Amino acid sequence: MSRDSNQKDPRFKIANREALIGVGVVLINFGWWYGFAYGLGSGSVEEYTYVFGFPAWFFYSCIVGFVVMVILVIIVVKYFFTYVPFEVNQSENESEGGQE
Amino acid sequence: MNWAVVVPLIIFFFIIFGAGFWSLRFVKKSNQFLHEYFLGSRELGGFVLAMTMIATYGSASSFIGGPGAAYTQGLGWVLLAMAQVATGYFVLMVLGKKFAIYARKYDAVTLIDFLRMRYANSRGVVFISAASIIIFLFSAMVAQWVGGARLIESLTGLEYTTALFIFAVTVLIYVIIGGFRAVALTDMIQGIVMVFGTLIILIGTIVAGGGISAIITDLATENPNLISPFGHDGGLTPAYVSSFWILVGVGVLALPQVAVRAMSYKNARSMHRALIVGTCVVGFIMLGMHLIGVFARPVMPGIDVPDKVMPLITMEVLPPWLAGMVLAAPLAAIMSTVDSLLLIVSSAVVKDIYLNYINPDAEEKRVRRMSLWVTSLLGVAIFTAALSPPDLLIWMNLFAFGGLQSAFIWPIVMGLYWEGANKYGAITSMLTGIISYACIHNLYPHMLGVHTVVFPVIFSFMTFIIASWLGKEKELRPLKSA
Repeated sequence: MSRDSNQKDPRFKIANREALIGVGVVLINFGWWYGFAYGLGSGSVEEYTYVFGFPAWFFYSCIVGFVVMVILVIIVVKYFFTYVPFEVNQSENESEGGQE
Repeated sequence: MNWAVVVPLIIFFFIIFGAGFWSLRFVKKSNQFLHEYFLGSRELGGFVLAMTMIATYGSASSFIGGPGAAYTQGLGWVLLAMAQVATGYFVLMVLGKKFAIYARKYDAVTLIDFLRMRYANSRGVVFISAASIIIFLFSAMVAQWVGGARLIESLTGLEYTTALFIFAVTVLIYVIIGGFRAVALTDMIQGIVMVFGTLIILIGTIVAGGGISAIITDLATENPNLISPFGHDGGLTPAYVSSFWILVGVGVLALPQVAVRAMSYKNARSMHRALIVGTCVVGFIMLGMHLIGVFARPVMPGIDVPDKVMPLITMEVLPPWLAGMVLAAPLAAIMSTVDSLLLIVSSAVVKDIYLNYINPDAEEKRVRRMSLWVTSLLGVAIFTAALSPPDLLIWMNLFAFGGLQSAFIWPIVMGLYWEGANKYGAITSMLTGIISYACIHNLYPHMLGVHTVVFPVIFSFMTFIIASWLGKEKELRPLKSA
């Protein structure tokens, strides 16, 4: 199999884009998690504020952060991910032919 | 013996057996034994896929060692554990469609199949990958079996050896008879048990502690650091905690037992569904399990062996019959990790070594028998190793994970997304990753305040690029003449 045929495969353009989205999502996730944890949690414990009994840093970083990630993943999958077939024969029918 | 606890566990064991026997039908019917036994004929739907990834990944360390560490460290350890939310989506998004398409194109059944085809049939790549899978996963399995046996021991009061024997026989039987499909199915059942188990134990612990506010106040009174992000003695630095994003978050895609699942989905729709289900479930389990560990502290102070926190708190806060049912959760987590590791190591031996280099023309029947024997013998070997168990479960497990990640992350990722990746880069980066991981782990753990896995991953990335680039000329020549 030559590398050229791989580059032309239209499915790979989609796959590459989705992988980049994955990297983007993980960066957002990290930023949220880190920002709230150390942004609110670095002060002295006596001055902590509390939400539903949890220290605010923990509530926003770990609990809200988790909910936000679930929503973000749902949005990304519903609106930015594309259905593609995985089988070899299906892809051959779709491309301009002459693959492999 | 506490029968109220034991009876639900026995029922759980029978359900697991049932799934194994149900899968046996598929193995018997299949005319492509290897595809069915090691990959379930690539027929996994979204829900099963999500659950099997989580169950495989969520192991003794998340259900026994993790809550134990959270008990000692406080909320800082829960913060660290939440890095794992990323595994729910990151693995599938990055390996995603490309890995599935390549796997079908190459007709790959194992991770090593993929690497072998991608890197021009390189014997070096196959040999190093197979060796690191066998060595690292073997040690990971020993740790898991010890965890499983300890758990049964503490629940039933049986002797350690007996407990280990029961655990080993159960896992071996359903893996040997059912293969990957049995593993995925039991993983699904185990995943569901894990979710409900987490929920029930968490609620029970909060109630026993008098509500969240009361628990947090108790913790702050005992030691204010327990409710800070920095751990009980301030030892969890932002750099150290953040570096766990590589080990338990993004690096997980390089674990062979996880990566192979990205070859097994039926279609893109299953993958999309698994992304959503996976993120919800993994986040919930990690948050819940580690919170239980923290909340257990005011409820049951003074537990000196952190690994015993989970079983002890469950029996403390729940009525016995319910405790038996939900304690199947940690047991499920351990079993579902062990069964996949067992299958991965067997596939490395049978498919990647035996069929590639020793006997490429082996008949179907011979391969079948060989697979069953290899899986059984591995089981016996692990059983023997687990008889004199090592102490620190979580660290042994993480050592194996870090080693595998250092070895495989770049050969997989660059193989998929960089045209210029070649076998010189792959071999060099795998060796660099493993050797630097072993050196740093033994000589300078926590170099510059970060987890051991960080530097090997950086080093192996650099050597991958350099070696691929230097080897470029060499690789073009045989291609032209071919």
